[in-house]
Amino acid sequence: MNSISAKLTDLPDYELIQKGTGACAGCPSPMGLRIVGKALGTNAIMVMTPSCAVASIGMMPKSCYDVPTLNVCFASAGASAAGISGALDVQIAKGLIPGPKPVVFNWVGDGGTYDIGFQGISAAAERNDDFIHFCYNNEAYSNTGVQRSGATPLHAATTTTPSGKNEGKKNMPLLMLDHAPAYVATASIAYPQDFYKKVAKAKEIKGFRYIELHAPCGPGWKFPASETVEIGRLAVKTGAWALWEAEEGRLTISRPTLQLAEGKTKPSPLADYLKVQGRFAALMKGAGKEQAIAAMAQSIEKELAELLARSKR
Amino acid sequence: MSRQIATGNAACALAVKAANVDFIAAYPITPQTTISEKLADYAAAGELTGKYLTVESEHSVMSAVAAAAATGARTFTATSSQGLLYMNEILHYAAGGRLPVVMVNVNRAVCAPWCLYADHQDSVSQRDTGWLQFYCASHQEIYDSIFLAYKVAEQVEIPVMINYDGFLLSHSMLPFETLEQEVIDNYLPVRQPAWRLHPLWGGTFSNVAAAAEYAAYRHKLARDTREALPVIKAAISEYEKLTGRPQPGLIQSSRRGQTGTEGQTGAEGQTGAEGQAGAEGQAGAEGQAGAEGQTGTERQTGAEGQAQVYLLSMGSMAAEMELAAEELTRQGISTAALKLRVYRPFPAEELAALLPDGSALIVLDRNLAYGHEGGVLLMEARSALYGCAKNIKIAGSAIGIGGQDLPVSLLVEEVRRLLEVAKA
Amino acid sequence: MTKEVLQPLARPVAGAGGSTGTWRSQRPLLNKDKCTGCLLCWIYCPEAVITREDRSIDYEYCKGCGLCARECPAGAITMIREESGHE
Repeated sequence: MNSISAKLTDLPDYELIQKGTGACAGCPSPMGLRIVGKALGTNAIMVMTPSCAVASIGMMPKSCYDVPTLNVCFASAGASAAGISGALDVQIAKGLIPGPKPVVFNWVGDGGTYDIGFQGISAAAERNDDFIHFCYNNEAYSNTGVQRSGATPLHAATTTTPSGKNEGKKNMPLLMLDHAPAYVATASIAYPQDFYKKVAKAKEIKGFRYIELHAPCGPGWKFPASETVEIGRLAVKTGAWALWEAEEGRLTISRPTLQLAEGKTKPSPLADYLKVQGRFAALMKGAGKEQAIAAMAQSIEKELAELLARSKR
Repeated sequence: MSRQIATGNAACALAVKAANVDFIAAYPITPQTTISEKLADYAAAGELTGKYLTVESEHSVMSAVAAAAATGARTFTATSSQGLLYMNEILHYAAGGRLPVVMVNVNRAVCAPWCLYADHQDSVSQRDTGWLQFYCASHQEIYDSIFLAYKVAEQVEIPVMINYDGFLLSHSMLPFETLEQEVIDNYLPVRQPAWRLHPLWGGTFSNVAAAAEYAAYRHKLARDTREALPVIKAAISEYEKLTGRPQPGLIQSSRRGQTGTEGQTGAEGQTGAEGQAGAEGQAGAEGQAGAEGQTGTERQTGAEGQAQVYLLSMGSMAAEMELAAEELTRQGISTAALKLRVYRPFPAEELAALLPDGSALIVLDRNLAYGHEGGVLLMEARSALYGCAKNIKIAGSAIGIGGQDLPVSLLVEEVRRLLEVAKA
Repeated sequence: MTKEVLQPLARPVAGAGGSTGTWRSQRPLLNKDKCTGCLLCWIYCPEAVITREDRSIDYEYCKGCGLCARECPAGAITMIREESGHE
């Protein structure tokens, strides 16, 4: 497993996306899919539910995805991927389709994962169906114009939380870990080699696998297109987004997050992450700013401590 | 061929096992559940040729089988009532995606208030999802319709919903005849789709389409659904030839020599409306004519030729209607029962061709068309006969809702009342 | 028997979202002398318009997001304003 090379010169040539997609400039979804394609190879089948990744495909009969893709309904990803995976097993066994079996994977946003699709994904994890669920988490319903989701963080303004969200987000990766699947990982668009290695590792594992990719969205979070990676990096450096993986339930914190959790590196000031995003503008201008940020930083510290404790179990 | 006595749901599961299905998704709901349980038993005993997956909702059931069908698999599931309603979104998706799923819906009333017994509100409310809909009136029809459904679905690439009444058929023990596996395999070869969701075939399935592209695509589905009628007739006819078992046509008349399959006028035996002269339609006619129509399934009254009054219905009540027709005939009103087997596509021309000039059509619906009198079949029949050169009086009503019992005496009384309405 | 494909299918093609280079208000310019070949621009480019071998940029589809310039550790890419129209 440690032999996976993520040297940029060594990554496969295969591009899952065709240039000229309908995605916004600086969009993290095609960035992530390029890496997924390189890690999984061409023998793969993708499932998508309504999201920016679907809205940016282009219109029939054109597609920007050079991988067989099923665009299914919003709550369907868990069951549809299970259906594809199970149907492939049977038909390959019967000799109706040549093997080896393609890797089946979902590329679904946070709305389709945390909210409307949660039931189906939870059930697929419980059954240990053989596919990878990727959640590319841009922390809102960005495709429909940036409405709040279960992944939207505390204080973030969306079009349905115009004065900032009053509640925190779910911890979906840990929820999935508690389903006890074969593999769970978190990743960030700012750390493509870490992401590549995790996808390549997941490819070799059978059963249900869950990988969540933190995917900053310029139009949704209100930052310039050129800052997608920098904001993703700040999320990791402040601890607002934690990188880890778990094989067979054994949790390992990935390096940049581990440095923070073990106190070897001081986290970047949380304000540095918040102030560059327009969605936190109200918070940053408000009277209770210092107090609110201190509370957020404290909750990050607590989460990192819990993660560290879990990694030592 | 062997004769069995079992429940309708057991007959269904037996046929599904024999149909070489690749993928089944299951979720329990009364009165369908015993199908899923029986299939689970077959899977546990290693007798199923496909994968059996238990999912967590009917929405997921349809999401799983539709996606499995996209890979080229032959798929099956069964549901009832609320379960069918919960699938609604994916029913549209499966039909729009031209994914030939076959599903059994064991008809049950819908909530509120809760009711577990048979009516057709669940399936008729899914009429415009693009699915073909068949209705069964006996265990034999349940068993036979499974094979017929796959034959048709995979040819036209439109999903098929087979409907039969909860408890009345699903849980009652009745005799039916099974087929040899060889005969079934002969009728139903392995599915060979032109495209599969797989790297060897490639493609992005169902991304956004512009209005013109979308409209053309959906109009084609509408056209292909109508054009499925001759395909269904041919499939029925082939099944008859292969099994030697007479089959009810699209609409089955209880009168001997009068069938809906060939669309004959009844009196002269002439070919009826346009579009009925196809080779398939004729083959079907021969198959029907050759049989005496006296098997367990095909109860015919013995009376021949035309009647004055026709009773149109679907599902198990169509069998009751045959008894009511006999009674009315005894009472001096020459009456025939018409059992609608294929509801979508609606065999409008066949219906018009079956009815003689000057006759009356009484439509009895086990569903309510809210905001309209009677149920949906009454609307369909009126629409089918509008502009027809014959003078046919039509009336109808909704009965048997929520599984209300339909004794012959009640049916006779209701028909007599409706005949007065039709005259007025 | 060759059956017609009835499913709603699209096929992969460059420019499925249009000639996305026309979206650009600024363009990335590569200074080859400064480029160290670290390939960060290549891996971060959301559109796959940067060639791995020589970091040449496909302006037909480059949307001008500026991520490549922002992430280049050597400062080898600069964003310049698109004056009028596109090539």
